Amino acid sequence: MATDTLQSERIHHYLRPKKSFPNVWCAGCGNGIVMGALIRAIDHLGLDKDNVVVVSGIGCSSRMPVYLDFNTLHTTHGRALAFATGVKLAKPNLKVIVITGDGDALAIGGNHFIHACRRNIDITTILIDNKIYGMTGGQFAPTTPGGKIATTAPYGNYEKQFDPVQLAIGSGASYVARGTVYHVAPLERMIIGGIQKKGFALIDTISNCHTYYGRFNKEGDAVAMINDIKKQAVSVKMAATMSEDKLQGKFLTGVIHETDATEFCDEYQAMCERVLAKGGK
Amino acid sequence: MNSKNSKARLLQGNEACMLGALYAGVEFFGGYPITPSTEIAEGMAREMPKRGGKFIQMEDEIASMAAIIGASNAGCKSMTATSGPGFSLMQENLGYAYMTETPCVVINVQRGGPSTGLPTKIGQGDTMQARWGTHGDYTSITVAPSSVEGCFYETVRAFNLAERFRTPIIVLLDEVLGHMREMMVIPEEGEIEVMKRHRPDVPSEWYRHFEITPSLVSPMASFGQGYRYNVSGLTHDQDGFPTAKPKEILDKLNKLRNKIVRYSDEIVKLRTEKMEDAHIAVFSYGTVARTAFQAVKMARERRIKVGAIQPLTIWPFPDEQLRDMLKNVRKVIVAELNMGQLVHEIRRIAPRHTEVIPLQRYDGNVMTPSEIFDKIREVVK
Repeated sequence: MATDTLQSERIHHYLRPKKSFPNVWCAGCGNGIVMGALIRAIDHLGLDKDNVVVVSGIGCSSRMPVYLDFNTLHTTHGRALAFATGVKLAKPNLKVIVITGDGDALAIGGNHFIHACRRNIDITTILIDNKIYGMTGGQFAPTTPGGKIATTAPYGNYEKQFDPVQLAIGSGASYVARGTVYHVAPLERMIIGGIQKKGFALIDTISNCHTYYGRFNKEGDAVAMINDIKKQAVSVKMAATMSEDKLQGKFLTGVIHETDATEFCDEYQAMCERVLAKGGK
Repeated sequence: MNSKNSKARLLQGNEACMLGALYAGVEFFGGYPITPSTEIAEGMAREMPKRGGKFIQMEDEIASMAAIIGASNAGCKSMTATSGPGFSLMQENLGYAYMTETPCVVINVQRGGPSTGLPTKIGQGDTMQARWGTHGDYTSITVAPSSVEGCFYETVRAFNLAERFRTPIIVLLDEVLGHMREMMVIPEEGEIEVMKRHRPDVPSEWYRHFEITPSLVSPMASFGQGYRYNVSGLTHDQDGFPTAKPKEILDKLNKLRNKIVRYSDEIVKLRTEKMEDAHIAVFSYGTVARTAFQAVKMARERRIKVGAIQPLTIWPFPDEQLRDMLKNVRKVIVAELNMGQLVHEIRRIAPRHTEVIPLQRYDGNVMTPSEIFDKIREVVK
């Protein structure tokens, strides 16, 4: 079972403790919880560390790969999926995992995000969704809810939001799930499901930024914010039994969408074989 | 028809670049359509699937550059091709490639600019952008052919330089060269050297992805080979981990410069015509160099002691070689299809007794031999 607590030595097997610690994250940040879930998911699947590539963009969450003892590529802001696409198509046998944030994936990287979904390329993307830009000090993101305070929305955010789950489904991803940093066991299962899925997988992971979002909006410390996440989360199964009124202010968790669409690298390979079978015509 | 001629093919500059890349062993092409470079992508889309190579049309040029860097780290010889607006979009990730010492080749078929400019007309406005296009300090290599055959050979050389020095190489063409057709013979396999990056021969625990070796060029492992290194655009130590230590910052930045500067003799390539006794020189690259060679021929028929110099390597700028060539030159005409870019480099290195005379055209048309010839006649007086 993936949720078995891993011995600390076992965790260390997947970390680079001598080279890259201590980490840059604030005490109480959800990023560490996601990193733990990712490690346990990879351990559960028994993946060979040499064949795992973790790619990230820029932001707090994107600092994760540097701590992980895999092939790691910390790239430019928003571009992780474009780099990852190059890695995956070049060497389809590698397991490619992207760690990104809501600003990284949905604002500056929005174009790459929808096209990676559209291609349905076999990349597992964990989008750590904390509704704000943390690393630059608390600016509003495409996910920041209306009315909330950010340094660039000092009178309250008046913009509309992206829902990464709907965006991914609409763009053609074959596995779309939403987890939270409170519900760690389901999060691990979703990451496992995403990695096992042949095709593009998104795990939108609701997380807390108490340092900026929580402080600006008086939502309390890490514990208070994670408790709120717990209260707002409703599993897909539970939601089916609830009235629309009761679902107000809640968000869905679990595997929200799954299909068996063909995968990009497989399609490329099949095309090459067709061309060669016709004598390269 | 003799056997040599029977092998000759009528090719476009863009096609010759594509065939040069295939000759050099390109394994991954990522690109986005843009005039006047599109024939390179179209050729790759046809040829790569037949050869076990990878072709992908990305969503934009930012993504194209990203994809080829990803593929290069996965072990593939990688390239893209574009023109001005796309080259601008590539600058962010081109900087990432310089910083992370990732070999790759970027072909820029120049059009008139700035902005969307003149998509189907010639220009050399990206000359300085090829050197300084991305932010921060770095040293870059740019090569520039002037014939269809040159497109083939310089693309092969670009791949060799990329692999040899673990750095992106820019190949500057222009619209006329990219679309011009000439006969050329594709060399047999093995006729020209094709280089591959140095691979590490140490156990994985000893491997340092950015090791400062005596040669300054670090061996490069690929993802999936068991070395599990970290790559980051953040200023990093020899293991690839972010650093803010002044000593490590200097080590990194000096390495980026010195691994190219130290080998500039190996990288620089110049072609000259009638320079032995020349008092006047015409300095130009790309399509303009063809014009200049013709103008020199016309002037020599009138017994004017003029010669031509063409850099096939533009960056690093051939300072030492040019200083030597200009020793006995009284006047150097710098002919460019822009408002004056390489002329400043020539002013920087020209001996005190050498007058530097700009000759510029930037109306989207080629410079004609008579324009250069008229300038020669004007300055000879």
